[in-house]
Amino acid sequence: MAEEDGVRRRDFINVAAVSAAGVAGIGVVIPLVSQMSASADVLAASTTEVDISSVQTGQAIKAIFRKQPVFIRNLTQREIDAANAVDAASLRDPQTLEERTKEGKTNWLITMGVCTHLGCVPLGAGEGEPRGEFGGYFCPCHGSHYDTAARIRKGPAPLNLQVPDYEFTSDTVVTIG
Amino acid sequence: MSFPWAKEYTPSHPFMKWMDERLPVPRLVYNAVGGGYEVPRNLNYFWNFGFLAGLCLVLQIVTGIVMAMHYAANTEVAFDTIEHTVRDVNWGWLMRYAHANGASAFFVVIYVHIFRGFYFGSYKAPREMVWLLGVVIFLLMMATAFMGYVLPWGQMSFWGAKVITGLFSAIPLVGEPLQQWLLGGFAPDNAALNRFFSLHYLLPFVIVGVVILHIWALHIPGSSNPTGVEVKSESDTVPFYPYYVAKDGWAIGVFAILYCAMVFFAPNYLGHPDNYIPANPMSTPAHIVPEWYFWPFYAILRAFTQDFFFIPAKLMGVLAMFGAILVWFFLPWLDKSPIRSSSYRPLYKKFFWFGLIPTMAVLFYCGGAAAEEPYVMISQIAALYYFAHFLIILPIVSAIEKPKPLPFSITEAVLGKDEDAKLEPSA
Repeated sequence: MAEEDGVRRRDFINVAAVSAAGVAGIGVVIPLVSQMSASADVLAASTTEVDISSVQTGQAIKAIFRKQPVFIRNLTQREIDAANAVDAASLRDPQTLEERTKEGKTNWLITMGVCTHLGCVPLGAGEGEPRGEFGGYFCPCHGSHYDTAARIRKGPAPLNLQVPDYEFTSDTVVTIG
Repeated sequence: MSFPWAKEYTPSHPFMKWMDERLPVPRLVYNAVGGGYEVPRNLNYFWNFGFLAGLCLVLQIVTGIVMAMHYAANTEVAFDTIEHTVRDVNWGWLMRYAHANGASAFFVVIYVHIFRGFYFGSYKAPREMVWLLGVVIFLLMMATAFMGYVLPWGQMSFWGAKVITGLFSAIPLVGEPLQQWLLGGFAPDNAALNRFFSLHYLLPFVIVGVVILHIWALHIPGSSNPTGVEVKSESDTVPFYPYYVAKDGWAIGVFAILYCAMVFFAPNYLGHPDNYIPANPMSTPAHIVPEWYFWPFYAILRAFTQDFFFIPAKLMGVLAMFGAILVWFFLPWLDKSPIRSSSYRPLYKKFFWFGLIPTMAVLFYCGGAAAEEPYVMISQIAALYYFAHFLIILPIVSAIEKPKPLPFSITEAVLGKDEDAKLEPSA
């Protein structure tokens, strides 16, 4: 290469070689990092069908979705009223019960059974388990209290219990995921 | 890298001479832990704990390699392979309990070693790199210990993994994808167990590498000592071999008595009964606590229950927990006092014994207690004091303190100023 255009042949080769090595390095890192993400079989097992015909008013069941518990709870009228009596704007994670349930199915509260603090399974879905100060769920790990709409009311958790994507495929079957 | 009066390695055997000219490993060993390394003559028993930490690392690697021979990292069988090791493998019970209690022993030793550093100012110039590498080793130890505790795949293993990886989900924006990337799924499962096993096997050897750097960095200025006065002359030091090799041998004896008492008579005392229940993702144990050596930091994590301006409580707790250790990296620059040893720092000594040590004890207790009042409030006060100690008290104390007069030399500190006590010049 001619001297007058300011790029020496050796500099050009040097920059080209280092750049090629850099690109190749990124090409090596991508598969090494990506292999740690959830694999195809883990992602494939990510929908669940649940039969809810046997869940009586006031009862709750636990289902498994993505290897994590899901709480399916048939709320009583008193629990629905208690949830609606709260001014949603005053909550840490403001949401109404309507926003957290399907239209016409307000009594079916379907949430992940995973505390939004550090991932423990809250108590309250099982028979006789403590339901916390607000009648919903109580996480024993670090003391988070959820209300009857599974909204965070007290304790360290930042968010309400997550509502997964789901739909009623019939009156008695829910497909989660 | 050594004092002028340190003895030189002089091989006498023809083979050792031949070797020394080609691969001088014996010379390296002689200069590092043999007669060629000159050490202050006045070290007290707290200076045995560095050696004991090295011993624990070897103990963990040896028993760990044995455990890996009988273990299978699969959620279906992991729990059973540990029970199989304990019940059916020849001496498997010994290996398992030696390894599990070895982790606790390692942390006991390392905490004494670290607080020795706090008290005697071992982190000060010119030994900042020794200290920084030591903090790195401590962080690596915590990661290794955490992943090792997951491997038996009991209830505490599973929920410990879930809670600790849940810490990462507190990071804004990238938190949740990061957690799923770390676990290789939505919750701890086979993918997570396998990678934890892989890393649990790898990290101890990384620790060995950093330990070599730690010792290398130490041997440039040489060991510190309880007076904090630097070595001035030959009468201040004795060679590592035989003097400190013998003293460390004595330390092994005391350590072995206590360690064996745990392994043989209370092997599960430091464990949790819940970890003898196989992992169940559907049911959280009523009382999740990490292993005892994480308790002070776990208490700081749980101390944050209120949002702090725009930072959510959860993220604040995570930042504080990591910050509690990361603040140690800044210690050499937070403590500006030129005096190393607390023996000559009357004010700092009071804050050490009546401030830092009780605070650590309180945090330790609260970290193991349930997440309810009054423990939450007590840990909030203790966490506040903990950070205040490093970030406020230490800089102020080092600025206003009037230190006691230092001895002229290590020899004078040991033998007194008496003229008769002076050693012969060529002793």
